[in-house]
Amino acid sequence: MVNRVVVGAHYGARDWLAQRITAVIMAAYSVILLVVLGTNASLTYGVWKDLFTAGWMRVATLLFAVSLAWHAWVGVRDILMDYIQPVGLRLGMQVLTLLLLASYLGWSVQILWR
Amino acid sequence: MSSAAARKARPKYLSLRALLFEIRLPLPGWVSILHRISGALLVFPFAAWLLYLLDASLLSESGYEKVKGYLGLPLVKAGLLLFVWAYCHHFCAGIRFLLLDLNKGIELKQARLSSLIVLAASLSLTAWFGARLW
Repeated sequence: MVNRVVVGAHYGARDWLAQRITAVIMAAYSVILLVVLGTNASLTYGVWKDLFTAGWMRVATLLFAVSLAWHAWVGVRDILMDYIQPVGLRLGMQVLTLLLLASYLGWSVQILWR
Repeated sequence: MSSAAARKARPKYLSLRALLFEIRLPLPGWVSILHRISGALLVFPFAAWLLYLLDASLLSESGYEKVKGYLGLPLVKAGLLLFVWAYCHHFCAGIRFLLLDLNKGIELKQARLSSLIVLAASLSLTAWFGARLW
């Protein structure tokens, strides 16, 4: 068996592909949000609140949040693999990153559905 | 061997001095490292900051007004502008990388030109948002 590093990459194209697909999802969401906000003449609390309680917007924002977490996980993992050489420290930082991203996701769900 | 390259001391290790003053990145290199830096900044602290603002602004009308007032502070506006630049750069450079993945624009000349376009576009977009912000 090849010498595999547990905190290394998973030697596959899945993460690479996932990062690209989630990027496209987030780019589409960004453009849609910008257009929706741009076409609203005056932004008030009512408009803002209605936008984020609309069913399609809740789902779209959830898709964005999931994409962000997945995309950022691959990206931050790449950064840590490049710059953090001690295996223990790298593992610790990877765990912290996962916890941070999972918290973002939970917080997003809490904001969207309350 | 009398070429300049042969007379240099080898091996050469990366030092902060070399990183800052000796290594000259080509334009695509700048786009790449800025993509990385902006990505890291977007994960932390900007994502946390924006989630906090979204949370507060959606919770109640008074929260919305408070966020609006908070975003009017000069230092906060500067922070917002840095976020806008990071987002725009990450967005534009990301589209360039997607095109490179599809083998579009991989010739040196095109790659340099597209890097220049990415840097200019993200700065222009930031300036445009900044102008609307102020």
